[in-house]
Amino acid sequence: MRSRRRNTNLSLIKVEYALEAIKQGSAVVGLTTKTHAVLVALKRNAEELGSYQKKIIKVDEHLGIALAGLAPDARVLSNYLREQALNQKMVFNRPLSTEKASILLADKAQKNTQSYGGRPYGVGLLIIGYDETGAHLFEFQPSGSSLEYVGAAIGARSQAGRTYLERTFEEYANATKEELIVHGLNALRDTLAQDKELTKLNTSIAVVGKDTEFTLYDDDDVQQWLDRLDSVANNRRGAAAGNDDDDDEDENNDEGDEKKDDAAASAEEEGVKDEDKMETDE
Amino acid sequence: MDHDPFRWGRPNDATYGGYNTKIAHANPQAGNAAMPTMNTQQPIVTGTSVIAMKFKDGIVIAADNLGSYGALARFDDVERLFPVGENTVVGISGDISDLQYISRLLEDLEIDNNYDYDGHSLRAPHIHEYLQKVFYARRSKMDPLWNSTIVGGFDDEGKPFLKYVDLLGVKYSAPTLATGFGAYLASPILRKVIFEEKDVEKVDEETARNAIKECMKVLYYRDARSLDKYSMITITKEKGVVFEKNLRSENQSWRFAKDIKGYGTQKV
Amino acid sequence: MTTVSSGYQSETTSTPIEHRFNPYSDSGGTILGIAGEDFAVLAGDTRHTVGYSINSRYEPKVFSAGDNILISANGFSADGDSLIARFKNQLKWYHFNNNKKLTIRSAARFIQHLLYGKRFFPYYVHTIIAGLDEEGKGAVYSFDPVGSYEREQCRAGGAAASLIMPFLDNQVNFKNQYEPDSNGTVKRELKYLKLDEVIELVRDAFSSATERHIHVGDGLEILIVTKDGVRTEYFDLKKD
Repeated sequence: MRSRRRNTNLSLIKVEYALEAIKQGSAVVGLTTKTHAVLVALKRNAEELGSYQKKIIKVDEHLGIALAGLAPDARVLSNYLREQALNQKMVFNRPLSTEKASILLADKAQKNTQSYGGRPYGVGLLIIGYDETGAHLFEFQPSGSSLEYVGAAIGARSQAGRTYLERTFEEYANATKEELIVHGLNALRDTLAQDKELTKLNTSIAVVGKDTEFTLYDDDDVQQWLDRLDSVANNRRGAAAGNDDDDDEDENNDEGDEKKDDAAASAEEEGVKDEDKMETDE
Repeated sequence: MDHDPFRWGRPNDATYGGYNTKIAHANPQAGNAAMPTMNTQQPIVTGTSVIAMKFKDGIVIAADNLGSYGALARFDDVERLFPVGENTVVGISGDISDLQYISRLLEDLEIDNNYDYDGHSLRAPHIHEYLQKVFYARRSKMDPLWNSTIVGGFDDEGKPFLKYVDLLGVKYSAPTLATGFGAYLASPILRKVIFEEKDVEKVDEETARNAIKECMKVLYYRDARSLDKYSMITITKEKGVVFEKNLRSENQSWRFAKDIKGYGTQKV
Repeated sequence: MTTVSSGYQSETTSTPIEHRFNPYSDSGGTILGIAGEDFAVLAGDTRHTVGYSINSRYEPKVFSAGDNILISANGFSADGDSLIARFKNQLKWYHFNNNKKLTIRSAARFIQHLLYGKRFFPYYVHTIIAGLDEEGKGAVYSFDPVGSYEREQCRAGGAAASLIMPFLDNQVNFKNQYEPDSNGTVKRELKYLKLDEVIELVRDAFSSATERHIHVGDGLEILIVTKDGVRTEYFDLKKD
């Protein structure tokens, strides 16, 4: 935050806050081969007895998104995408292309960064889809940018997941659907705090690709995939311990009090310094 | 002095009475409740049949170059076949002004699609679906585009695609198609070559083109509002869109005409 | 305005000749739905006509909409296509919002709203849907163009409805069938027909309608819905 105060343009500062909101959300990871695209997400529950936040939303038979940040904003955006996808089907008898979907979202979000009074969407999205040009993964940001990746991770402690993807992207380039999901779960596991585990309750998996309609795995359906992992706990060496209180932070908390800012600050301090560098590249 | 510029230079209502719009079925200025806005109620300058058929590697489609004003052969150089995208053609019969409007819609559609630049080509089924929605929306507003059209090209699986859509939004596909008079005159001839979908495999480009040419000749013989100058488009994967303009119906023989008496050929 | 006169009377009247755009046409064809004990069928011929012209010999008009629901809207095909497209579209939203299958009962009520919503510019179609009800029993619902509907054991719609329906009354609902030797006093007891009996009935209905009705013919497509899903059977009809 501090390093960005030099930006005197007020309307862009609010975009920076929106980007900050993404880091408050729990992590999601996306990755692709030529034929398949996978999303995995870590779900949070506000309290022990509460339900888990929905992280992956189906848009069409060939298209879906995962979110990090304000879930209500993501619902507005996914509804918009569903409309666009159905409209493309109705008027042109063809599926909405993944790239077009990401551009539509980006254009919609960009408008909010220019106008006075409005606020940008406080959510980052990973969009996966399979169309006539193959499987794709896009990362959407509230700034209105939307870029294609072979592997991406957003949300709290996502840098660790990104590191895993950077290390293995050549390995999974020709992976099968099953292998790709395992790689995704490995990356997601790396984002976990030391004392946390992937469980069938806190993990969501979605896959789409050649001869595979968009399929979402939740709860009991997740177990079969977790069984393929060597470990469901984070086995990263030297992972910072004890700095994971932000995991319990409610992502819908819009009180904007000091406590939240503290959490944001601690999240940043926690080994996301190079993320700062990436952000300012925008 | 009447200060309304609209009245200047016109007969004074006080002296001559109001203008009777009913005389010319004229469209009065907006706001006049006496007569509502009029939409197209009939085509004015028209193009006659479009005919098309599939063959094993693609499709062939033809339409003549005449623009008729009622029975008057008014324009003799009207192009009624429009290539769209990489491998699609739209053939249009009916009102020529609506045809020109549709051709601009199709141009815009192609431009918009190229802006996306995402490697997704606009193919015949997509263009057909779009046209059908346009036609159906306009007929539902009781303001139709007065045309019948045939869209030809390849479907999403790469097989030859041919489908019809008209001013009501009615659509159907068949291995041979013809609009207007062609439905009566050309369809029977084309169906002798291809009766049903499975026959398409047996017909090569040469056979299909000859059948279409033969039909254009028959149409010129028997359709009064037609011309022996026409355009033909052949689409194959190999050669793409081959556009032939200013073709002539060759080897015409009007010998049959001398036998026509009354309503048809007969021994007198 | 034009002068209309027969020439045999001295009095002439002046009437405007209506030359109005007609937004409707008749696309011909006929459809038929029959419900069995644990299945339902919806069948339609594949001929598409306008006037005396056969536009296409294979233009299917019975569709599987998903959720084990079969639907066909016979009459003016542009309206039929539009209605079915809207239904399928809304079905997707139903899934997004409710995350469960649409029952045939709810589908029927929804279609009523689609049709009645255009009460003053109606969809010129006779609509029939078929599927399985909540108990797994075969269900057929039929609609008039403005949405009034009813659940029935069987219904024919479209061009040859009036030819097929009496045959169905007799063969499915056993109308005018009496027990032998009862001298017309004991009605034949109703029973569910088996699937192969129903298919034979449908084929007979369509081949007979093809003989007598010019807008019916070319091909017969029967969609069959059971608890295992939807399956399609095709049979040729006469093409003359």
